[in-house]
Amino acid sequence: MTDDHVDYKRRRMLTIATSGLGIVGGTALLVPFAGSMIPSEKAKAAGAPVKVDISKLETGQQITVEWRGKPVWIIRRSQEALDFLPSMVDLLVDPASEKPQQPEYAQNEYRSIKQEILVLVGICTHLGCSPKFRPELVASTDGAFLCACHGSRFDLAGRVYSNVPAPTNLEVPPHMYLSDSEILIGSDEGAA
Amino acid sequence: MSFNEWFNDRLPVAQVVKDHLTEYYAPKNFNFWYFFGSLAMVVLVLQIVTGIILAMNYKPDADLAFASVEYIMRDVWGGWFVRYMHSTGASFFFIVIYLHMFRGLMYGSYKNPRELIWIFGMIIYIAMMATAFFGYLLPWGQMSYWGAQVIVNLFETLPIIGGTLSEWIRGDYVISDITLNRFYAFHYLIPFILVALVYLHILALHQVGSNNPDGIEIKKGPKGNRWSKDAPADGVPFHPYFTVKDVMGLVVFLGLFFAVVFFVPELGGYFIEQPNFEPANPLKTPDHIAPVWYFTPYYAILRAVPSFAGTQVWGVLAMGAAIVVFFFLPWLDRSPVKSVRYKGPLTRIYLIIFAITFLVLGWLGTLAPTVEYTAMAQFLTVVYFLFFLLMPCYSGTGDNLGFSGFLLFVVSLLLTLSGLYIWWVETPDLAMSMKWIYSVTSVVLLFWFGFKPGWIKPDPVKPVPERVTG
Amino acid sequence: MRKFALVFLVVMVPMASLAASGSGVELKSMEVRLNDTRSLQNGAKLFVNYCLSCHSAEFMRYGRMAEDLEMPVQLVEQNMIFSDAKIGDPMTATMPADKAAEWFGVAPPDLSLTGRLRGPDWLYNYLISFYVDESTVSGWNNIVFENVAMPHVLTELQGRQRAVFRTEPSEDGTEHKVFDRFEMETEGTMSAEEFDHAMRDLTNFLVYMGEPAKLDRIRYGMFVMLFLIVMFVFAYMLKREYWKDVDVSH
Repeated sequence: MTDDHVDYKRRRMLTIATSGLGIVGGTALLVPFAGSMIPSEKAKAAGAPVKVDISKLETGQQITVEWRGKPVWIIRRSQEALDFLPSMVDLLVDPASEKPQQPEYAQNEYRSIKQEILVLVGICTHLGCSPKFRPELVASTDGAFLCACHGSRFDLAGRVYSNVPAPTNLEVPPHMYLSDSEILIGSDEGAA
Repeated sequence: MSFNEWFNDRLPVAQVVKDHLTEYYAPKNFNFWYFFGSLAMVVLVLQIVTGIILAMNYKPDADLAFASVEYIMRDVWGGWFVRYMHSTGASFFFIVIYLHMFRGLMYGSYKNPRELIWIFGMIIYIAMMATAFFGYLLPWGQMSYWGAQVIVNLFETLPIIGGTLSEWIRGDYVISDITLNRFYAFHYLIPFILVALVYLHILALHQVGSNNPDGIEIKKGPKGNRWSKDAPADGVPFHPYFTVKDVMGLVVFLGLFFAVVFFVPELGGYFIEQPNFEPANPLKTPDHIAPVWYFTPYYAILRAVPSFAGTQVWGVLAMGAAIVVFFFLPWLDRSPVKSVRYKGPLTRIYLIIFAITFLVLGWLGTLAPTVEYTAMAQFLTVVYFLFFLLMPCYSGTGDNLGFSGFLLFVVSLLLTLSGLYIWWVETPDLAMSMKWIYSVTSVVLLFWFGFKPGWIKPDPVKPVPERVTG
Repeated sequence: MRKFALVFLVVMVPMASLAASGSGVELKSMEVRLNDTRSLQNGAKLFVNYCLSCHSAEFMRYGRMAEDLEMPVQLVEQNMIFSDAKIGDPMTATMPADKAAEWFGVAPPDLSLTGRLRGPDWLYNYLISFYVDESTVSGWNNIVFENVAMPHVLTELQGRQRAVFRTEPSEDGTEHKVFDRFEMETEGTMSAEEFDHAMRDLTNFLVYMGEPAKLDRIRYGMFVMLFLIVMFVFAYMLKREYWKDVDVSH
């Protein structure tokens, strides 16, 4: 027998077309398989934005709320502490908050929407420990936050010191003011 | 040394591809019945993949199981699709396997030298049924719960060990959280054993070569084809010829499969039963309990056998026998030819009767039992077993049956007589006409297929051609 | 098996009165229209106002309903959530289940899956078939669910109706009562036609809630079928091309 009658071109075309379609179909099938592993509606509901009443938060005080299973700190800073922040610049890695560790509306000197109210995700950017707030050191170069795990230090705007293990500033979560006394953590829809 | 050489010196991938794909010569006359083997493998893989995804979200806990299934159906992205694929896949697995088995019956694929392939296939079938049974409890709906309750209680009827055995299976005095937990473990485990069994099934197949609709051994025929001068003349390389053919079959299969998944996942209550939308309630049985369709032929046989001598164990034994009897097919069939194409009329007619019997028993198993339905199931149970027990008689060529064949005829006779006894003595409510129809038909079957004056009736076979036909 | 049958009987007989009786009443048919968003919205409104105080739908989240039924989240939060639930939370009854069980004798069942369990015809007929019956604890009875524990919570809409029965001979010579028709005792705020529409909308919503993904799956199904048809054409041509090599006859 000979292979003369075989149209190799047509055969190759059809093979490519059929296996191409097979790959498309197989990939489409993988989408729901892989997609089933994204956070479910239950996880989303549990990670929904959290409303926090800050009317009773006194100057120098810290409160911690849970959002998506992580600690979120809200601290009312004193004027003295705010005035101290500019003097820190030389000690910091990213004093102008250029790395995207905060929403645009918190990319300022104080890393906050309202000067005195600081909102931070309380997770060290090194390996995920939760640093400790040291209210007595808010106006000191020793660092307002110290991570006990590996000694990373941050100032009262959550900015990281140079020469510590943590590479970046603490994260500012998306948040917005529902009123003067109420913050919504986790959503900034419509906020500027 | 190229990477390919380096690799294949250490792991013979190229050789395996040659032995089982590019230089495995399958008979060229495969017809559509030969799609179901490869389709069954595809469904097994789909079941394992979807099952693992479901396992990521399912909770084997009596308090959480039902809710976790609804969680998959609603809260997990794409979860409904994965779940429907799994529930539909279970039913399609059995559809494909039943067709695959019927193919084996038609073309004598169980006969020498393929006895081991058949036996491994039967073990696969039983492992599948176990997997399906364990899996059916997991949604923890009413039907799951009561279905498992009834099946586990079957073991209770066994003499002496029954009570202990069923408690051992459940790990409790009723189906409970403990039972659910272990059923989940088994449901996850057995599919991997299935994969190993399928491997052996295929290894045994490739050792002796595939059968075909003509039942001709192509390896014994002339040699030489366009691909190799040593290969059987009637063989074609599995790859690419049967891969492209099976891909075509797969696309058609997926069309049917996804039509069910997307448009009718409950399939009118046959694939997902309505009472399963209510969480398991140990205090309230649904009005009518029926197993899923793929178990119903055996369930009908179970219910058909009445209790006798104060125990119901006979029904359980009959159900077990209805499955186990398949194992003996290679030795029950005494025909000199394999394929139904060349077998005599007796074999062909009884094969058709058997197929219809199996389907009608399946239908009866889904219905609530009445006097009429139970009598019909009893009649069909007799027909079912006579197919196997009389096979040495009607499939032979008139040669001496031997003692075992004679013994099977005696068992057939006793089976038919117990049918008559049940209809005429134990079932006074059955209409006279039905009593006559069932009695006469079973006696005619017994004698027509098993006996004639001069002892054994030869089943005149047709001459088998030397080469496969188109 | 016999031991089990015995236990089963002992448990079943008192339970039978709680179970829905298949009283063989002919059900009027109810056409489900999952594409009719306005009907579903109306059904959802009735559901949260009249059902959700006692019955939960613990597998259904408000947010999913808002999205599927094209209702703005804010509107749902303000007008349809009567508890302190958030938009992402499941719809749980305002009344605690154990309290309800105390009051009605049975805990009101969760309604997430009732649409799939009972089917649309049964649900619709159940909703329109409450009638005054002084002999029951609640003062109400139902044609398709005899001695149901639930009172007629939609009285203000439908009004009070009585059931008229007639007697018919049974096969065994005795007589039994057969439902004949309803007679209105007092009018409700809705006309008969309005109430019928409202109940069809409510049933529609309950069916939607049984399987919220149903519309999605039918839509995706169309694409998958089209894809497979195209793929079959190519797979068939490929197979035919290769099998030109094979002399099937010999």
